[in-house]
Amino acid sequence: MNETRILSEQETAEILAAAGHYPDKSAASVEALKIVQKYRGWVSDEALKTVAGLLEMSPDELDGVATFYNLIFRRPVGENVILCCDSVSCWMLGADRIREHLSERLGIGLGETTADGRYTLLPIVCLGACDRAPVLMVGEELYEDVDESKIDELLKRNGQTWTDR
Amino acid sequence: MAKITVDGQTYDVKAGDNLLKTCLSLRLDLPYFCWHPALGSVGACRQCAVVQYKDESDAQGRLVMACMTPVTEGLRVSLEAPQAREFRAGVIEFLMTNHPHDCPVCEEGGECHLQDMTVMTGHTFRRYRGLKRTHRNQYLGPFINHEMNRCIACYRCVRVYRDYAGGKDLDVFASRNNVYFGRFEDGVLENEFSGNLVEVCPTGVFTDRTFSQHYVRKWDLQHAPSICVHCGVGCNTSPGERYGTLRRIVNRYNGEVNGYFLCDRGRFGYGFVNSERRIRQPMLRGEPVSGETALAHFQGLLGGHTIGIGSPRASLEVNFALRELVGAEHFYAGFAQGEASLAAAILDVLRHWPVHNPSLREVEQADAVLILGEDVANTAPRVALALRQAVRNRAFERADRLKIPRWQDAAVREAAQGEKSPLFVVAPNATRLDDIAEAICRGTPEDIARLGLAIANRIDASAPAVADLSQEDEHLAELIGDTLTAAAHPLIVSGTGCGSLSVVRAAANIALALSNRREGRAVDLCYVVPECNTLGLAMMDERSVKDAFAAAKTRDLNTVIVLENDLYRRADAGAVDSFFNGTRHVVVIDHIRHGTAAKAQLLLPGSTFAETEGTLVSLEGRAQRFYSVMPGSGEIRDSWRWLADAAAKRWSNIDALTAACAAALPEFGPIRNAAPPAGFRVEGEKVPREPHRYSGRTAMFANREIHEPKPPDDPDSALAFSMEGASVDVPPALLPFVWAPGWNSHQQAVNKFQDEVGGALRGGDPGVRLFESPETAEPRWFDEVPYRLRDEARWRAIPLYHVFGSEELSALSPPLAERVPAAYAALHPEDAERLGVGETLAVRLNERVVRLPLRLESSLPRGAVGISAGLAGLFRSDLPAWIAIEKEGERP
Repeated sequence: MNETRILSEQETAEILAAAGHYPDKSAASVEALKIVQKYRGWVSDEALKTVAGLLEMSPDELDGVATFYNLIFRRPVGENVILCCDSVSCWMLGADRIREHLSERLGIGLGETTADGRYTLLPIVCLGACDRAPVLMVGEELYEDVDESKIDELLKRNGQTWTDR
Repeated sequence: MAKITVDGQTYDVKAGDNLLKTCLSLRLDLPYFCWHPALGSVGACRQCAVVQYKDESDAQGRLVMACMTPVTEGLRVSLEAPQAREFRAGVIEFLMTNHPHDCPVCEEGGECHLQDMTVMTGHTFRRYRGLKRTHRNQYLGPFINHEMNRCIACYRCVRVYRDYAGGKDLDVFASRNNVYFGRFEDGVLENEFSGNLVEVCPTGVFTDRTFSQHYVRKWDLQHAPSICVHCGVGCNTSPGERYGTLRRIVNRYNGEVNGYFLCDRGRFGYGFVNSERRIRQPMLRGEPVSGETALAHFQGLLGGHTIGIGSPRASLEVNFALRELVGAEHFYAGFAQGEASLAAAILDVLRHWPVHNPSLREVEQADAVLILGEDVANTAPRVALALRQAVRNRAFERADRLKIPRWQDAAVREAAQGEKSPLFVVAPNATRLDDIAEAICRGTPEDIARLGLAIANRIDASAPAVADLSQEDEHLAELIGDTLTAAAHPLIVSGTGCGSLSVVRAAANIALALSNRREGRAVDLCYVVPECNTLGLAMMDERSVKDAFAAAKTRDLNTVIVLENDLYRRADAGAVDSFFNGTRHVVVIDHIRHGTAAKAQLLLPGSTFAETEGTLVSLEGRAQRFYSVMPGSGEIRDSWRWLADAAAKRWSNIDALTAACAAALPEFGPIRNAAPPAGFRVEGEKVPREPHRYSGRTAMFANREIHEPKPPDDPDSALAFSMEGASVDVPPALLPFVWAPGWNSHQQAVNKFQDEVGGALRGGDPGVRLFESPETAEPRWFDEVPYRLRDEARWRAIPLYHVFGSEELSALSPPLAERVPAAYAALHPEDAERLGVGETLAVRLNERVVRLPLRLESSLPRGAVGISAGLAGLFRSDLPAWIAIEKEGERP
């Protein structure tokens, strides 16, 4: 397989640089997967095989690492990944209601992506902001003390196409 | 030793073991999943919880995992305390929330460890009513079924496949309830030990796909203690039969030989027994005749000059019967010419040199290993698996220093990281042990022998020196020689694989050199031989088929009797044809049709390992008895009985024949003790081949006869074709299957049959060793140093082996055949480019031009052509040899 065709030169260089920090290249597994995800949003089978080759691992071994972490995406995700905390503090303060509202507005369930490819809705165990529960994370941004109106506002800011459905 | 208290009872036990193993060795029933005697403890499943008390006054205690608890003096525990029982029942109940209710259609049912443990903990009623998680299953190739919904996430599969067997293409994915054991993508599991997943998995995730084709429950199978016939290792097996067909093979524990594991060739290669190619009827000049007619005709052919050709894939007894029938001087072992001289050379070393031929358990103890010219993973796979354990000894030593018990599997591996005991691979091409090798060297058989001799010289300067050694080889000889000298338990592994006497002898020189450095103490030397009785037959006779052909030419040959041997695999087709053409009568006794059987005027249906009994001598020099699993159907007879009957019933049963063999050839004296004789009884009863739950006995043949037939007699063993008889205190050599109350899974039930769990079988591991190190060794250095051979015009052809395909009988098994490549030739890519050859290669072998598909193999030495060994399309080419590559243009 032509490795350069699957991964960009930039990606390959960054991965090899990360691998260079360790005596055992496979120690850079997570770092390498994050590099791929940074450029592509997710890690395809082909990309994973190529990364495994760079790190001198079997694809099976690397995929074991990739699938263990829920924030390494092995399927395509939308432009905005909404992480919906379902841990105990958020649950006590209405996480279920928040998630239902999001599902209703987006027309998707957990683990799904909107047809226009804008949003993916995923559960997450804890975002480390229990004092401001319930919380959400969209991309890199944390949303605290979330309620229905905040959701509507955030969705409006990110794009309208689906809200009038 | 340590004194411990378990539920108020005190026991004297070995200190330092884990408590689970100790409890099981005490024959206490304590449930477990993730622990395995060969894999150690990881504490993953939490099933073996017990209560540990501080002292006599402690009534509360605390829960601990038995598998993670070292046994120390004064340890007080309870298996029966209510909180321990409740905890264990709770673990099962949690596991069961996701386990399907599919036992009635699951092939593990009836021998399922999960079923056993569920019953043992008393979880008999399900409270959980929710959804169960479901998985998509994968196609894993022709050997293994995958049903992930049944998984309880014990991690044993990846531990045996990856950690123990070195497999790369099975792993664990995701987390929590979604944990998935499988491959990155659908496809054949590549490791040749994949079949062990079936036995190691405590439930029905991995099941035997070949067995699925003709499935019956374990309790409906008739078993016998047997020996694998697909290589020289002599693994102990327990084949199962129903309705006259062989259904599957499972491991039969032997602490000194195969332990808990078999290779896939041995496990899935049984299909030839049920094959369409079986010879089931005597044939006279191509016409079927009755057994009586055939026998009478056979007897009529025995006057005049008669020779017999034996076989290294047949038992000692049947070879000996032929030798007696035709007379020792007219009996030829039936080796190929090269095999005969290699086997003779190996025997000479084992008999007279200061060497010890190690058992596989001893192989695992080696702390430095040199493999000289043998592709062990393809020619004797179970030895390769043992070597893979040997390289862990340095990790164990480090664990000892860190005071980590050796059974703490995860901790020992973590502490060791990549550290391995030294193993050197010197072979003609890449092998599947290269991944654990400290150094690899590749070359032609002559290069290998030269390096071997140089290593011997490095260890002991009185050994013959090698002139003109390359700088690189000199360094390697130093490294290997010094490492072996420094080791406490060095091991040399070599064999017939290269087809080279020089390699065999170089290995012996290294062992002798090491012995000289160790005040004459014997050194471990393991020679791999190709077939299940190569060594035993060579002890009886060392003459090849070529010698038989020569004898035929000197005198007018009346009759030749070929026994369980396809001569077209032993000599060039032209030579075999002319031999048969010059012989008046050709009698062939065998169980499978092949080129030689097609030449027979009289063809007699003999028996496979599954229908007869006999003794085989493994590469360890261990004589082991195998027993018939089922009677031969129709006209099929024990091969030795055809010969005994022709010799006017000289031997009434196999024991008489074994005894005659032992008496005639003193070296075979101990073989009578390989197993109890046919007259042996336990409390006056024979040992049943069928479990006591065997069903349908009164009705299973009702389509033929409504009366229940009398079970067939078995005059040749202490086993009965029956479900009745003695089932306790059975000597290990006679154990057809293992079962203990509450323990239906045989990998687990065997705990109840061992001295201590993972140790020897109670009563001693079966088999008798025929070679112990000679008291007064008489070695003489081998001093013929081969030249470093390179030739501009000719090519050095070397054999390349395939675990699936290179052995004759297993290659006929349909599931295995799916993985057998067609015969091919291989070149180094640069050689191929220089020659301008592409898809195929035309080589001149034995005066015949053969066109073979070409493979590019960058691990091959330059100037060498690899030729596949024993694959359909090209059986025999007497390698290594000098051959010519025919240029396309010059082709006639």
